[in-house]
Amino acid sequence: MTSKLGEGFNARLGRVPLNLTATGVDPFGMDPQWTKYALASVALLHRHYFRTEVVGAENIPSSRVLLIANHSGQIPLDAALIGASLFMDVEPPRFMRAMVEKWTQTLPFVSLLFSRVGQVVGVPENAKHLLMNEEALLVFPEGIRGISKPFSKRYQLADFGLGFMRLAIETQTPIVPVAVVGGEEQYISLGNFDALAKLLRAPNIPILPQLLLPFGALPLPTRYRIYFGEPMRFGGDPDDDDAVIEEKVFVVKATIQSMLNRGLKTRKSVFF
Amino acid sequence: MMGPTSGPRSEPPPGSRRPAPLPRGHGTVLVTGACGRLGKRVIRVLHRERSVVGVDRRPFPDKPKDVRHEQVDIRRKKLKDIFRAEPIEAVVHLGVLHDPRASQAEHHSWNVAGFQKLLEYVAQFDVPKLVVLSSANVYGPQPDNAQFLTEDAPLLGGARFGEIRDLIEVDMLAQGFFWKHPGTETVILRPVHILGSVHNAASNFLRLPTIPTLLGFDPMIQVINEVDVVRALRCALAPGKRGIYNVAGPDPLPLSHAIRILRRPSVPVPYTLGKAVLKRLWSFRLTTFPAPELDHIRYVCMVDDRRARAELAYKPEVPIDETVKSVDSEA
Repeated sequence: MTSKLGEGFNARLGRVPLNLTATGVDPFGMDPQWTKYALASVALLHRHYFRTEVVGAENIPSSRVLLIANHSGQIPLDAALIGASLFMDVEPPRFMRAMVEKWTQTLPFVSLLFSRVGQVVGVPENAKHLLMNEEALLVFPEGIRGISKPFSKRYQLADFGLGFMRLAIETQTPIVPVAVVGGEEQYISLGNFDALAKLLRAPNIPILPQLLLPFGALPLPTRYRIYFGEPMRFGGDPDDDDAVIEEKVFVVKATIQSMLNRGLKTRKSVFF
Repeated sequence: MMGPTSGPRSEPPPGSRRPAPLPRGHGTVLVTGACGRLGKRVIRVLHRERSVVGVDRRPFPDKPKDVRHEQVDIRRKKLKDIFRAEPIEAVVHLGVLHDPRASQAEHHSWNVAGFQKLLEYVAQFDVPKLVVLSSANVYGPQPDNAQFLTEDAPLLGGARFGEIRDLIEVDMLAQGFFWKHPGTETVILRPVHILGSVHNAASNFLRLPTIPTLLGFDPMIQVINEVDVVRALRCALAPGKRGIYNVAGPDPLPLSHAIRILRRPSVPVPYTLGKAVLKRLWSFRLTTFPAPELDHIRYVCMVDDRRARAELAYKPEVPIDETVKSVDSEA
């Protein structure tokens, strides 16, 4: 499987900085073997299904970094593709870490897979711990509000949480804004079944007419474009009032929104 | 690991003892739960350095010769006589009852009322040091736990698993005592799953001939060898140490790796099925594992032990393979 990804894939694996314990996993349960296969399959999607175009890969520093991105697409393929670009297109290659919903921890197999490929439960202590270990951490400050946007709200950023900014200031981590274009069209959502979601204790269940078509469960093969912006640094007091933190968050949000707008303007087609 | 033949001791004959103030850290230690497997281990280490009084309601037939053993129930008045008889410099409380089959009332009266009595005497006789062995289980396995819980994390272990509430109460009582009696250096240790010859849930679980796991779950776990727990207790007994400390062993590992180290077969069971079966087995008294304990093989409950390493100068020494394999060792 890895042969289709070019000579570089295995060589790149060898260059990823790791922090393993005696039993071959990292303290958060990431197993390089699992991660290798997960990355290989995501890399196939990245290169051949979504034909991802990556701009600004040189903006990723080699030490600790917070990647702040827009969230879209009903299922978190955007996270997987950003992870794949961090491995395939960024120098030195990195294993990206992301924060996942607490709810996913209650799901068999899902929780296991997430943990083995380096995804951790979304609590501030974990984020801090990872950044202190100089990892690259992806955060979607829109959270579930972002990924479950209906089609009519595509590429309009929902409210940002403030936690990531406090974290960045406290750990003095540079923020790299990330704009992902192409995710909003992979599943056309008309809205959410709120009552059903509540019943199943799932965060949301989108209404996706395309599921009625043959192979409709697959995301549409849109072309993804991932833009990495220049690192932004923020100072001040991490425990400042929400109003003060909000201003800084707004700067990041505005940067991502304008990157998104620019990306949308230059794109000629959703699929090519 | 036998060692009742302690080295030559230059002690005054028993009759003339009493005043001779020993330097701090060398006076008599009272150990509760002395006859548990961990208690015996603690005593075999401590009696080489200082005089030890063991307290347990069970007899201690193979005790080292220089250890005094008092077969008393800690809820009884007789406990006071021990404090009165000679100055106690430190109390190590290991006597928490964990028998899942004992009734709630018995559990509560032993663990909480007994511990309160003990605290009363520690205060009354101005004992300079109190070390309480709590457990990292007081935090409880939860889906939204931070990977490494610090000592200020809330004690939520009782939310789903009632039997742990006693232990949480003991931990809280000790915390209250810490603040109310600054004259006593109180240390609360919260070790992760203790493995070894001990008969606790974690060791018993890993001793099963075929180890059941939950289908699709393989949480990271932390384990510690009983020898390292004794090491941590010794660090806590050093003069000047006080506070709450998480105590972890070697690096964490996935549950499946621990099972692989033991070379035992394991069967994955879906959670709902496992829970139903375990409940049934429990009601027929065919298992010693209550169903809510399944969360320990489902979610993480791991601790950050940096404070113990920095302040107590504690460091685990038993490597992970040996720690896991120690469940099969006897004695």
